[in-house]
Amino acid sequence: MNQPSRYGIKLASALAALLVVLTACGGGNGKGGDASPASSNAAASPQASAEEAPSSASAEKVTIEYWQYEFPAKVELIDELIQEFQTLHPNITVKQTNFPYDQYSQKVATLVPAGKGPDVINLYYGWLPQYVASGYLQPLPEDAFPPAQIESDYYPLVSAAKLDGAYYAIPTAVRTLALFYNKDLFAKAQIAVPPATWEELVDAAKKLTEKDDKGQFVVEGFAWEPGAQLHHWFRDGLLPQAGAQDLSDDRRKVLWDETPAGLEAFQYLLDFAITHKTGINGFYNDDINAFKTGHAAINIDGSFRLGALKKDAPDLNYGIAPLPSYKNQSAPASFWANAIPKNVQGAKLEAAKEFLKFLTSKEVQEKWVERVGELPAQKAVGSQDKYVNDEKLGPFIRQLDNSKAHFFIDENQERTLVVNAINEVLLNKVPEEQALKDLVAKTQKIYDDYWAKQDKK
Amino acid sequence: MIAQAIRLTARKSRALLGFRLPYRAQRYVFIYLVLAFPLLYFLGTRLLPILYAFNVSVREWDLLSPEKPYVGFDNFAALFGDEVFRKSIVNTLIYVGVGVPGQLAVGLAVALLIHRIRRFRGLFRTIYFIPYVTSAVAVSWVFRWILMRNGWLNQTLLSLGLEPQLFLQSHRQAIYLVILTIIWQSIGFQMLVFLTGLEGVPRMYYDAAAIDGAGAWRRFRHVTLPLLNPVIVFSVVIGAISYLQTFGQVLSMTNGEPLNSTRTIVLHVYALAFQRFQMGSAAAATVILFVMILALTLLQFKLVGRKVEY
Repeated sequence: MNQPSRYGIKLASALAALLVVLTACGGGNGKGGDASPASSNAAASPQASAEEAPSSASAEKVTIEYWQYEFPAKVELIDELIQEFQTLHPNITVKQTNFPYDQYSQKVATLVPAGKGPDVINLYYGWLPQYVASGYLQPLPEDAFPPAQIESDYYPLVSAAKLDGAYYAIPTAVRTLALFYNKDLFAKAQIAVPPATWEELVDAAKKLTEKDDKGQFVVEGFAWEPGAQLHHWFRDGLLPQAGAQDLSDDRRKVLWDETPAGLEAFQYLLDFAITHKTGINGFYNDDINAFKTGHAAINIDGSFRLGALKKDAPDLNYGIAPLPSYKNQSAPASFWANAIPKNVQGAKLEAAKEFLKFLTSKEVQEKWVERVGELPAQKAVGSQDKYVNDEKLGPFIRQLDNSKAHFFIDENQERTLVVNAINEVLLNKVPEEQALKDLVAKTQKIYDDYWAKQDKK
Repeated sequence: MIAQAIRLTARKSRALLGFRLPYRAQRYVFIYLVLAFPLLYFLGTRLLPILYAFNVSVREWDLLSPEKPYVGFDNFAALFGDEVFRKSIVNTLIYVGVGVPGQLAVGLAVALLIHRIRRFRGLFRTIYFIPYVTSAVAVSWVFRWILMRNGWLNQTLLSLGLEPQLFLQSHRQAIYLVILTIIWQSIGFQMLVFLTGLEGVPRMYYDAAAIDGAGAWRRFRHVTLPLLNPVIVFSVVIGAISYLQTFGQVLSMTNGEPLNSTRTIVLHVYALAFQRFQMGSAAAATVILFVMILALTLLQFKLVGRKVEY
């Protein structure tokens, strides 16, 4: 009898304490909520508040939602940028929501039909055709983002976001692929400079490859993982370098096997595994792992890998070089871009426009380079000496003028088709010419289906 | 407590119906009411979505767009015209055809062995059961590392003077290695089911058979197997349904590659729905899977479920 009552007292006091804490928190929150706009109003420079005055008199307070995938550096930076933006625009509140990368499309796809959509959404450029085709996005408002200005200020690869004559998304930053090389392994093989041409890459890869007495790889001269970045290298690197074309100008026809140059590019990629035997898929699970652990001397990877290497392999002694060239220079590029869904209208649309303008400003682009490691999307920002001469960033940025971002209808499927074509040669001994022909036919079908749907609209 | 609840329902039912139900009926009303709640939940979270999937399967629904025009059986026609989907059906049948007998055989063998021992029985049972409660993704990755091109298994083969194998990189080996991984993971469950079945076989049948001069194999063939029949039927049905839905291990180990040789129907459904946003086609593929599961289950009941006469 005694015990329950003691418990009762304990429970009651615990509840009381909880109540006090809760009310205190609530009060704090309330105060904070009241105080921050006021203080930010005060903090905002006089000119900013003068600018805001006419609009804020009529405009009500707006809350917009920003969605992007979970990439810690990006999430943290956006959180800070939101604070900064809200100080400049006290009437606008921005809420950030994140989803893991591999579930991003899945989450978007399930939450959007449920009416829980964002007002500004960060999308991989290769997903844009799907999103635009389904009528989910609206073209960027031309008053805020005139197409002519985008074309003059931004690197040419951004045109991949132009669909049906309108821009649907605008990036803060872009990425290119380049050659990552292990300086220690290069020194061991007595190679002084990274390879700059197709031939030099083959020579270097052969010299760098190390095998044990049973003929098994100890070190790959050149990591070879078609499913990682090499399929991009084939489309936007090797093909244009050899003088072949990716797509027709109207983006309707796949032209890879139109000239012998296409087959040459395809063969060049395959030769590393079949003829030169300087690398193979699945070694140490993948190219990233093999390079990170010093078991691959050369790898082709993106500027987005710099941050991960710094964190996971701080002692790895590596350098970056532009991709080797052949008849032409060309580097695969890609980007994540911000877009506005179609249902965003009125005050929310105005707020979304402001936020997008802020995200693409020069200041934010510079912060993005320093904090995230992605490259500025605007020429004026990217071409600054401090970036071009940077040991690691420089090679990526210098390639931007010659970079290409393949117009994907379906990134996932197109990637799989290239990997399958390579496996047909590797596993089923299908002649390379035949494998390329099949690959083009299957990829063309994705384009035909997409355009048939577009034309019907 | 329960009696109180029954009385309460009785009072309510009397208010509702205007007359008093006999006690037995009151009890049944209460029991059915309690059972109805999970049923309602099941109806809302399982049955309605299934019916909705049937509806979606005859529509063209690009997940992000608000319109869902009716297209009849176009989605089904497109699926059967797609060689990758056809391949995934064949693969799924291989998963079932190899996986279910494999799992039953290994599970039965382990159960028979454990059934024989007296000491450490609990310990062995626990050890064999652990994989079953381990995350499929974790197991898949461990196997992936063992089977890696320069992984442990290939190193072992090399040290024995044998040729290294492609394993998961091979379109001929990969599917069987994924099946092996799934079997390894489900031995524990299968063993437990068979152990329970074996406990139910009376000792005296074995003694009688032994007196009649039946050897170990004949005792197994004519006593153990027939008496385990209900357990086997149960295992085949449950096993077939779970192998028909193979997904997690494939996604983690091969993602359907190489050359779509490990791709299953469910993996294809996942790709259609959440990578290509083609909800109509994805729903159509699930309907096909539904029909397959239904047909296979009915067939199994007919074939394996026949009464055994003694």
